[in-house]
Amino acid sequence: MAEATHTQRVLVIGGGIAGITAAVDLADAGHEVVMVERLPSVGGRMLQLSETFPTLDCAQCTLTPRTVETGQHPNIKLYPYAEVVGLAGEPGAFRVRIRKKASYVDWSRCTGCGACQERCPQKVKTNPFERGVGIKKAIYTLSPQAVPNKPVIDADNCRYLTRGKCRVCAKVCPVDAIDYEMADTFVEEDVAAVIAATGFELYPMAALGEYGYGTVPDVIDGLAMERMLSASGPTAGQVLRPSDGRVPRSVAFIQCVGSRDPENHKPYCSRICCMYSAKHARLYKHKVHDGLATLFYMDLRSTGKGYEEFLQQSTEEEGLVYVRGRVSRIFREGDKVVLWGTDTLSGQPVEMAVDLVVLATAVTPNPEQAELARVLGIPADPNGFFQEAHYKTGSIETGRDGVFVAGCAQGPRDIADTVAHASAAASKVQVFLSRLRREAA
Amino acid sequence: MRVKLDGDRVRNDRIRKVEEIADQSVYRCYQCGKCSAACPATPEMDMLPSQVIRYLQLGMDDKVFAANTPWICASCLQCMTVCPKGVDLARLMEAIRMLQLRKGQNQIEIRAFDRAYLERAPQIAMISAYRKFLSLS
Amino acid sequence: MNYTYFPGCTLYTKGKSFDDAGKAAGERLGFSLEELPSWTCCGATFPLAEDYDMALASPTRVLAHSRQRGDKLVTLCAVCHNVLKRTNHVMKTNDERRAKVTEFIEEPYDAGLEVLHYLEVLRDEIGFEAVAGKVQKNLSGLRVAPFYGCLLLRPKAEMAMDDPDAPSIFEDLLAALGAEPVDYPMKAECCGAFQVVHSDAMATRCSREIIASARGRGAELLVTACPLCQFNLEDRQAEMARGEQGFKGLPVLYFTELLDVALGGDPDRIDPDKHHTDPRPVLQARGL
Repeated sequence: MAEATHTQRVLVIGGGIAGITAAVDLADAGHEVVMVERLPSVGGRMLQLSETFPTLDCAQCTLTPRTVETGQHPNIKLYPYAEVVGLAGEPGAFRVRIRKKASYVDWSRCTGCGACQERCPQKVKTNPFERGVGIKKAIYTLSPQAVPNKPVIDADNCRYLTRGKCRVCAKVCPVDAIDYEMADTFVEEDVAAVIAATGFELYPMAALGEYGYGTVPDVIDGLAMERMLSASGPTAGQVLRPSDGRVPRSVAFIQCVGSRDPENHKPYCSRICCMYSAKHARLYKHKVHDGLATLFYMDLRSTGKGYEEFLQQSTEEEGLVYVRGRVSRIFREGDKVVLWGTDTLSGQPVEMAVDLVVLATAVTPNPEQAELARVLGIPADPNGFFQEAHYKTGSIETGRDGVFVAGCAQGPRDIADTVAHASAAASKVQVFLSRLRREAA
Repeated sequence: MRVKLDGDRVRNDRIRKVEEIADQSVYRCYQCGKCSAACPATPEMDMLPSQVIRYLQLGMDDKVFAANTPWICASCLQCMTVCPKGVDLARLMEAIRMLQLRKGQNQIEIRAFDRAYLERAPQIAMISAYRKFLSLS
Repeated sequence: MNYTYFPGCTLYTKGKSFDDAGKAAGERLGFSLEELPSWTCCGATFPLAEDYDMALASPTRVLAHSRQRGDKLVTLCAVCHNVLKRTNHVMKTNDERRAKVTEFIEEPYDAGLEVLHYLEVLRDEIGFEAVAGKVQKNLSGLRVAPFYGCLLLRPKAEMAMDDPDAPSIFEDLLAALGAEPVDYPMKAECCGAFQVVHSDAMATRCSREIIASARGRGAELLVTACPLCQFNLEDRQAEMARGEQGFKGLPVLYFTELLDVALGGDPDRIDPDKHHTDPRPVLQARGL
C-alpha cells in the first residue's frame, strides 16, 4: 500500500452516464476527480438517444443537468477529447498518463459561438456519432448543449488538413482560436484510484452475412434509429428511409441480432434490446400513426421495474405486432426490404416486405477496451468486457486493487442499472480511499 | 386435444439413437426458429424443421416419425448455416430417415419410374434419390 | 498443366455438354483434364449418418486412387465435388474413421489430396485475369445469373470455396468473360436436388422461384455448375409452364458451355433439343 502522503484523487475514464454519475457522486463527497473522455464532450451514448424506456422521458432532459454539473463542478477536472495511455505506480498512488488529442481549436480562446461549424464547407457522413443518419461538418461539436461546448476539427476530413486549402473556419473565427498546427500533447496526473466506465459499442452490421453485411441501405442499427428519433438529431425526430428519405409505412424490428448466438457471433444476452426495440416501435408509431411495426423476437426479457408493463402496453394499446422467431435472411427487392422469418407460435414460416429494418445488434465492448485493459493491468472476460472480481459479490472490483469498473464496460446493462452500478462504484472507491487514509494514519 | 407429456418418453431410446447417428444433441436447440425461416422446403412439409427438434426434445418422436418433413428435406444445409447454436439439423433428418430405411421402409419404387423419365433424368438424381429413399444399403 | 479429373456418373452421358465444354475450355486456357483411371461412383450423397462408414468407402477409394497420381483432384459436377471434398475432410480430421475405411477398401490414403472444383482451378490456379486475357468473344452486355445451389458452398467450413452469404467466385468468372453477372437473392438456394425423384412438386416450386428471382433481376441466361441443378432448372420448366399462365422460361447453360463460347468455342455445339428454352437466340443477339 502507498505511502502516507498520497493523493485522494480519483480518475474516471469515460464521460457517459456511468462516468458522470460516479464522478459527481465522488465530487459531491469532497473528492477531486480527474475525468478523461475520448470524445469532444461528455454525455456518452445517452447523448445519442431519443427517449428512454419505460417512461419515454427525453434522454437529453435527464442527461443535460448531469453533464452541466460535471462541467461546472469545482471538484471535477475534465479532460475531454483525451485518452488514458499509461498507468504507473501502485494502488493508492497511481500516475496516469493522458493523451490530449489535437482539437486544432484553442479552447481557451473559443467562445463556442458556432460560426466555424456553420461556415465549414466540408460535410462528413461518416462521423460515428451520427451513425450514418446525419452529417457533421469537419469542425464540429457533438450537440448544441455539448459540455464543453467547444468544437474540434476532424483531421481526416478537414479540407485544409488533408488538401492544404480552405481555412474557412480560421477566417470566420472571431477570436482567432483555430490552430492547424496543434499536435497531441501529454499530461500526467496523480490519482489514488481508477474507475473504468468506457461504455459500449454495437456489434457491426458488416459482420452479419445473412442480413446483407450492412450493405442493404434501409437496414439500420439501433443507434441509427435513436439518432433519427432524437428531436435534436439530424432528422429533427423524423423517421426517414436512408435510401430515399421517405417515411417508412412498415418497419420491422429484429431482436437478438448477434446476441445469444454462440456459433456465429456473441453468446450472451445484450439485456437492453427487448426494451429498446419496443420503445423504437412505439416512438415510430407515435410519429407514423398508421404505420406497421412488426417485431421479431426469440424471448421477451423485461425484468426491470415497469418494463413488463411497458411491453404489455405496447401490444395492447400501441398496436405493436410481435412475431416469435428469428429472421434467417434479409435482402433488398425493388424498393422494399424482404425478410424471411418464422412465427414459431403458429408454426408458420413468414416472408415480409417492409420499408425499413432496425437491427437490435449486440452490445459489445468498445474496440479500444482491450488496449485499455492492458494499460490498466486488469483482465478482460472472453467477450472483451472488463472481468469483475466476483460474479455475484464483486461486479465493481477488478482483478487489481484500486481499479474499479462501472456500467457497460463490465457487461451490458440499461441506464437505470448503469447509474446504480456507477454510484456503487463511487461508494466502493470511497471505501478504498478511507482505507488508505486509515492505513496512512 | 391435450397431449400427454410423458416423462418416460423424454430421452427415450429411439431419440437417443437419432442423436447418436446424427452426432447431434437435440437439447442444444433453443427453438429460435431460424432453421424454419431459412428452409426452402417448408411449403411441402407437414412439420417445421424446428418443430422436428421440439418434438424430439419433448419425447414425442412418434409425431416426428409420422411426419413427411425428414423426407422432404434435401440436405441443402441452409438450416445449419444459419443456426446460432451450431446444430446440424440435416444430420438429425438423416438419422430419422436412416432409422426408417433400416427397417425397410422404402420411400420410392424404382419400377414406378417410366422409361422416358429415366432417359431424361441425370444419373446423379437417381443415385442420390436411391441413397436417400431406399434401404439398399 | 494436367489435372487428374473425376467425371462422375453423369458427365459422359446426360451431362456430356458440361464435360465436353469444360475440357475444351481447359485446353484453351492451357490445362488438360485427365480422367482418373478405373474410377468408381462417388456415392452421390455425402453420408450424414455418423455410423455409416460404408458410404465413405466408395469416395475414399476415389481419393486414394487420385492420390497415387498427385496431390490435386479436379471435379466439375458439384455433387461429386461436395461428396469428395467432404469425405476428404473426414479423412483429414478423423483418423479413426480414416483407418477404418482405408482398411476396408484395402487401399492406403494419407489424406494428402486437395479436391478442387473447376471454378477453383480457374480462380486459384489459372487466375481470372488470365482467363480474361484469353477471351475471344467478349460476352459484353450479356446478363447472366450464376446459380450456386447448395453443394458448392455449404457447409462453409468444409467446402471452403466461398462465403455462402455473399459468394463471388461465379460472378468474378462471368465478369472476366465480359458478361454482366446478375445479383439475385435466390442464387444459393436449393433447386430441389434429388427431391425431384421423390417430391417433384417441391423441386418444381423451388426451381420456379429461382428462375423467377433471376428473371426479376433482369437475367437473360442462367448458368449452373451441377447436372442436378441443370436438370431441375431446365427440365422442370415444362412443368412450370404447365402450372403457371404466362410463365416465361429462362435459358440455362452449364457454365463451361458459356466459358467455352467466350474463349472462342463454337456456339453451335449448344444443342437446342437439350434445352426447354433455347439459349441460342440470347447468344445470337449479342453477336455470339
